[in-house]
Amino acid sequence: MEVIHPRNLEEALAAVADGMTPLAGGTDLMVEVNYGQKRPERVVALRRLADIADFSPTRIGAGVRWRRIEKEGPRALAQAARTVGSPQIRNAGTIGGNVATASPAGDGLPFLAAVDASIELTSGSGSRLLRWDEYFVGVKQTARRSDELVTAIVLADDLPERQEFAKVGVRNAMVISTVCCVVTRREDGATTVALGSVAPTPMRARRAEEMISSERSPSEATLAEFARLVSEEVAPITDHRSTEEYRRHAAGVLARRLLERCLRREAA
Amino acid sequence: MIIGFRLNGQEVTARVDHPASLLDVLRDQLGAYGSKNACEQGECGSCSVLLDGELVCSCLVLAADAEGSEVTTVEGVAPEGELHPVQEAMNRVGAVQCGFCTPGFVVAAVDLFERNPHPTSREIKEALAGNICRCTGYGAIIRAFEELAGREVR
Amino acid sequence: MTTRTGRRSVQGGIGESTIRPDGVPKLRGEFMYAQDMHVEGMLWGATTRSPHPHARIVSIDVGPALAIGGVHAVLTHDDIPGPGLFGLEHPDQPVLAGDVVRYWGEPVAIVAAEDEDTARRAAEAVVVEYEELEPLVDAEEADARDEVFRRMKIRRGDQEARGSVVVEGYYEVGMQDQAPLGTEAGLAVPDGNGGVDLYATSQFVHVDQQQVVEALGLRPEQVRAHPVGIGGAFGAREDVNLHIHLCLLALYTGRPVKMVYHRGESFTGHVHRHPARMWYRHEADENGRLVRVEAKILVDGGAYASTTAAVLANACYFAVGPYKCDSVAVDGVGARTNNPPCGAMRGFGAVQVCFAYESQMDRLASALGMDPLELRRRNALATGDRLATTGQVIDTPLPVVEVIDSLAAMPLLVDEPGSGGDLPGGSGLTTEPRHVRRGVGYALSIKNLGFSEGFDDYAQARVRLSPEGAIVETAAIEVGQGLVNVLAQIARTTLGVSRAEVRHVDTSRIDSAGSTSASRQTQLSGGATHEAARRLRQRILEHYRADDLDDEGVWRGDTLVAAWDDLVRDGWEETVTFRHPPTEPPDENGQGKMHADFAVAGHRAVVDVDPELGLVRVLRVDTAQDVGKALNPESIRGQIEGGILQGVGLAVMEELVLDRGRIRNATFTDYLLPTILDAPDVEAILIEQEGSWGPFGAKGVGEPPTISSTPAVVAAIRDATGKELNRVPVRPQDIALEEEVAR
Repeated sequence: MEVIHPRNLEEALAAVADGMTPLAGGTDLMVEVNYGQKRPERVVALRRLADIADFSPTRIGAGVRWRRIEKEGPRALAQAARTVGSPQIRNAGTIGGNVATASPAGDGLPFLAAVDASIELTSGSGSRLLRWDEYFVGVKQTARRSDELVTAIVLADDLPERQEFAKVGVRNAMVISTVCCVVTRREDGATTVALGSVAPTPMRARRAEEMISSERSPSEATLAEFARLVSEEVAPITDHRSTEEYRRHAAGVLARRLLERCLRREAA
Repeated sequence: MIIGFRLNGQEVTARVDHPASLLDVLRDQLGAYGSKNACEQGECGSCSVLLDGELVCSCLVLAADAEGSEVTTVEGVAPEGELHPVQEAMNRVGAVQCGFCTPGFVVAAVDLFERNPHPTSREIKEALAGNICRCTGYGAIIRAFEELAGREVR
Repeated sequence: MTTRTGRRSVQGGIGESTIRPDGVPKLRGEFMYAQDMHVEGMLWGATTRSPHPHARIVSIDVGPALAIGGVHAVLTHDDIPGPGLFGLEHPDQPVLAGDVVRYWGEPVAIVAAEDEDTARRAAEAVVVEYEELEPLVDAEEADARDEVFRRMKIRRGDQEARGSVVVEGYYEVGMQDQAPLGTEAGLAVPDGNGGVDLYATSQFVHVDQQQVVEALGLRPEQVRAHPVGIGGAFGAREDVNLHIHLCLLALYTGRPVKMVYHRGESFTGHVHRHPARMWYRHEADENGRLVRVEAKILVDGGAYASTTAAVLANACYFAVGPYKCDSVAVDGVGARTNNPPCGAMRGFGAVQVCFAYESQMDRLASALGMDPLELRRRNALATGDRLATTGQVIDTPLPVVEVIDSLAAMPLLVDEPGSGGDLPGGSGLTTEPRHVRRGVGYALSIKNLGFSEGFDDYAQARVRLSPEGAIVETAAIEVGQGLVNVLAQIARTTLGVSRAEVRHVDTSRIDSAGSTSASRQTQLSGGATHEAARRLRQRILEHYRADDLDDEGVWRGDTLVAAWDDLVRDGWEETVTFRHPPTEPPDENGQGKMHADFAVAGHRAVVDVDPELGLVRVLRVDTAQDVGKALNPESIRGQIEGGILQGVGLAVMEELVLDRGRIRNATFTDYLLPTILDAPDVEAILIEQEGSWGPFGAKGVGEPPTISSTPAVVAAIRDATGKELNRVPVRPQDIALEEEVAR
């Protein structure tokens, strides 16, 4: 067993390049270790690496924990942060871990899709930025090379004025999402709809976006059509947590409700 | 490898040869059995400890990542022979049944009351939403902490 | 000579909410659970389990496991010295599978190694070659193929009776797990003479000891089972799991062996609540009086017998609920499948049927256009009536009407939807007050207390005097419910002393207390403690021709005739085996006096539902419960609140999901237990009536809170949504999507 605590990013990257397993908050990796699914013998511990814990309106370091994001993050990401696990998990888990694990149910990921965030990947030979839809490839599959670390989430400097998050789970707290959704809307009506747990990766409901973006004050029928389009566009599966049919339905309901919240805030 | 950290104010060392969790090391090597293992995945809070002052599940901390850190467990929340007000409050109102979740609730509540001495009922529940109790239905636990918060208790 | 200044009242006696003696050690993390036991030189055990629900074992190669450094033993079926079978009612379950595995996760080999990590790796390294067989996973198919543990037939009264109002329904209950927070754990210590001391999670150490003895071909005096700290039970600790494995490994290696199941293993390592399918027909007259009830009840017992026969019987005996009816036909089947074995869980068969009969009563009320509580009041059973199914005359208090009236009189304490933030969907922010519909629902239940059907149900307790006060010795397990309080309280009040405590002793030092289940220990071990204390006091007073005993000693008038220390020196003690009134097995029509006592409870649930998303918030569950005599009101409140939340869990989230015999959600991530944010507020009325045979008239209180809370919550969801909801747990899709009401 070998564990190193890098003093700076360079040391961390060297360790990753050397094949060491990166460990941030531990809330994903240690579950697999405890269940005997992984047995990393060489670990680079990132918990105390300040170099990746920077925080600004356009850049959230990978090591920033949910606890901070729920207080200081952009509105919809903060709402998502409050649904991540439990207080204990939010104290340990990081946004970089969420992005690196790339679970279809990752609570923070629909926000990244909704605002077209980029993922900063860094290796010894430098950094590159991948847009979210280039980065997320499949279920727990990403475009990260094994010598790279997720070092930051990069956001545009003009995030949409209206942004709302919601998540369906069977319990009132500490629950994996059945469906989660972010809707954003700008003054000019430009709307994005992003969803999680309804496809192998976070996804956007582009047809629904296109339809609603041109509507300034959508009618009841338009809202219903918007929800129907979202339900149609998602690609969920049936598993032990829910059914394809329910996820389709709930995706539409959530998207519509979040849109209505954006519209109400617009009116207010 | 040999790791060292401060456990309830005392320097301790432990040998880790595999990716053991902090919880495993606390229990199996350091004889600190107060923190309990009930789910191994951060879904029950029974193993809650303060790691450098932050409330976390010790089952999800790689033991070697505690190197040089300050760890506070249920054994360290009150001086020897005394009870923390959180423990007194739980004892008074019958908030302990089988007791397996109790150390985790104690640590989580100590963390809550240090940050917020007068939490509302809502804040109490949100702070303890990561701690599962299978016996009490939480009623007595809520009453204990509402009382401690100096709020009206039914 | 000491002169008395006036008798002090006993502190800490019955009726007080005494503070539990194990509270402080538990709060400090000092209380010793089975998980925490350790001795010098101990090994760790681990288990190799079947990845198939049904398969033939072609070969087992333990070589790769033995080759791992630090491994001391790898044992299979062939290494078992005795018959190698166990079972709570019938020894049909192999300690380690021999030629066939019959459920997913069945133990196939066990290992002992220097540390836990090595033991687990070794268990993984055992190479087992299987030939997969078709698993039987459908209980109806098992019934058709006569793969059954028991069939029940109940026929009572005029089988031609017909009512003018008829409702029929089909109902399902999913597989619930007890999920005690402490997983299975234990330590076995060889005594060097071929015997072993076992310290393991248990609800019933004497039956563990007996099963170890029988499975391993030992003599009874060679095995001592010790009560040990346990992190909850709820039925899951009644059956043997790692007990025989530990003893086998300890005897084989000559070293102490410890084993602790992880959560995933725990889900396969203990029995679950039986999933049930139930077909019901209720017929009533135009005034709402039940004329006839017919039911078919099918429970899936899984691969081995466990307590399926008794769970099925209970389901059938309480198939009509706490209601009068003179024409009843119930058929029950306990199916044998390749699903995980099912057995005891809080409520034991009464839970499943309660969901069905209370759903039926609501349907009947609706068909009659009658208030649901009024319908129940018109049919309420009372002392002196006959139980609708078995015909047994009820001769202990049965306050069904009082429960109904109490519930009806309780104010509905609820605020506007969303006040305080308690909306469906919780932190997920799914739901706004405008999306919410509120519903209110009621349900009642009845269940037997203690063991039934002629089982020789007894508990032994010993009361002796020590320098620290009176000591109650017992092997009755404290699972968290507060037995350590209530037995001491009974001893204090009965002896007249203020100092009393409970000490647990092993199976060699006292006879059985029976299981901590069936809501029985307050009545049974409490009864034994009460009688032992009563006799001890009487003998002491007679011996000294005295008229009082207290903490100072024995008094004749104002004169202390023997000091407490003198009594201690003389070694006064009394051991009593207490039996409840005899019961009998059923006749061929399921008739007879099968039960010793009954308890009833009622629940009123208030829910907020987001019908479009199918999300539910249970706001309140208020209750009235028949407790006989409240010996420790705060402990009872704890049982009520905890039991209600388990019932809420079954109503809206708790289910083990099976896929062809495999559990899909054997983790706490996916087997959802209610959190503090899911817990409803609870107001409880305790109904006390004299006349039960328990100490001071007490009844057991552990199970009733769990039974009717589930149907009350579902009734409230129906009230809010108008959906039929014939299955629990109610899932979001059951509410939000078009219903497919089966059968």
